[in-house]
Amino acid sequence: MPLFNDEIKKQLSAIVSQLENGVTIVFFTQEIECPACSDTHSFVQEIAGLSDRLTLRIYDLVKDSETAARYGIDKVPAIALLDNADNDYGIRFYGMPGGYEINSFLGALLEISGKKQPLAAPVAGRIAAIKKDIHMQVFVSLSCPYCPGAVSTAHRLALENSHIRADMVESTTFPHLMVKYNVSSVPKTIINETHELIGAQPIEKFLDILEKI
Amino acid sequence: MPAKKNATARPFYGMPVLDIVDDTVYNIFNIRCTILCYEDGIFAMEFHLTIAALSGETRALELEKSRLYDVIILGGGPAALTAAVYCMRKGVSTGLITMDFGGQVAETSSVENYMGYKYIEGIDLVDKFREQVRQFPIGISEGRKIAAISDGAIKHTTLDDGSVYQSRTLIIATGKSWRRLNVPGEREFTGRGVAYCATCDAPLFSGKRVIVVGGGNSGIEAAIDLARVAEQVTVMQFLSQLTADTILVEKLRQYPNVDFLYEHEITEIKGAQAVESVTVKNRQSEETRDIPASGIFIEIGLLPNSDFSRGVLEHNENNEIIVDCACHTSCPGIFAAGDVTSVPYKQIIIAAGEGAKAALSACDYIAKIHD
Repeated sequence: MPLFNDEIKKQLSAIVSQLENGVTIVFFTQEIECPACSDTHSFVQEIAGLSDRLTLRIYDLVKDSETAARYGIDKVPAIALLDNADNDYGIRFYGMPGGYEINSFLGALLEISGKKQPLAAPVAGRIAAIKKDIHMQVFVSLSCPYCPGAVSTAHRLALENSHIRADMVESTTFPHLMVKYNVSSVPKTIINETHELIGAQPIEKFLDILEKI
Repeated sequence: MPAKKNATARPFYGMPVLDIVDDTVYNIFNIRCTILCYEDGIFAMEFHLTIAALSGETRALELEKSRLYDVIILGGGPAALTAAVYCMRKGVSTGLITMDFGGQVAETSSVENYMGYKYIEGIDLVDKFREQVRQFPIGISEGRKIAAISDGAIKHTTLDDGSVYQSRTLIIATGKSWRRLNVPGEREFTGRGVAYCATCDAPLFSGKRVIVVGGGNSGIEAAIDLARVAEQVTVMQFLSQLTADTILVEKLRQYPNVDFLYEHEITEIKGAQAVESVTVKNRQSEETRDIPASGIFIEIGLLPNSDFSRGVLEHNENNEIIVDCACHTSCPGIFAAGDVTSVPYKQIIIAAGEGAKAALSACDYIAKIHD
């Protein structure tokens, strides 16, 4: 049974038709003990089926552990997005990007394909000046209208600077991480395990923290 | 998207069932079936697509510190954005300073009373507003808070990073934002149990005890969202009765895991890493006691974003900027519009209309200076 009905498929097709170049969706799954994996598997398959510009590669976290390690994947379901030359910008989705989060997923596809809105010059300069390794984990829930904004901002930072990696983490799929990082409001962004940012803040507020690290 | 009738939902990865609300139109978010749901026996994934508007061309510029603008507009909601369109069409040099676009509209799920749209999602309406503004070469500063404004022939607007912008006139349309309790622990535990968006955060409180502060419509809506997932929901109301619409209260009363505390207020929020309990005070007996809870949802209305104009402009007892029927404030050359002002009835269409009026008043003022 498909996840997308015809109506949604039509809307999604219109959006992915705006892709400027190819994007590769790298999906990591696991056969057992991953209740979210099978739905997310259908999700990436159906999305990839919407455009010739989308390529899907599927790996198993256990069987393909070397590949998983290469992409830094430590939990499933996981999605990494690569550009048409297989460049990895560190953009990840852990858990299914359904609900409101479909927007950050589609946004990431478009941006990696080359369809980006220009950044203001001072912001671009501040991003380029970041030289330390940064890892951002943006915790979301799928019923949160603000969350895709925070995810897209973190992903855009990752796209612009190779020192920066950014994950969307669907909170209820990874309850142990909710406990570990005290997530009781979303979006909540954990930066390098040492800093946190609550809410969908503008890119300048993200940069204020990244510059302190 | 209008809520659907007669649909049932299934639990999703241990998340309790999100059932679908009836046709009642709520102002703020409904929990709808946002993930996977059965529809006529068929699985359907419901998405909230808001991304289609990427194609719009923009001519917007960066706001310049060295330039003296005819008008600087403060804010990014319907009043500010309408004012921007009017000013640009009048041909006066215009800047706009806002933390983000959309204001409260961006947080509203459905809008059904803005003329021209029988139904539109708040975020989609914001995209349309923003696109209409960005077709003009208007100077925009986004992402910074306004710290202060000054009066005089040239108005200065200072932002929280110390940058200063200059203009002949100002239009203040900074709207309102959620009111805080202002009790110890609230700020410290924001994001660690203190929450302001029940739709967003309800799934995180599955099986936990939560408190909703506020017995108005937004409080009761939050309590309904939470009652579906939480172990126990306590609605705490300052007054001796709820002020929400009857239809919402009746809906909430269907849940067995909800109780009510009237004439109580929170005096402190306590915990180690996250919220563990709150201290509540009975407003009649003055007695205090601690109630265990892992979540506090604060739904006690809105406050005008007018602090930066205190001492410069006259405010009313609600801290709203006092304006006359042409959007003049107490200070020549400074105009105000929308929810931040004393104008009654806070509505998108009223804010937009007031924004237009403020822009025309500002343009009149500038024409007189140039004469």
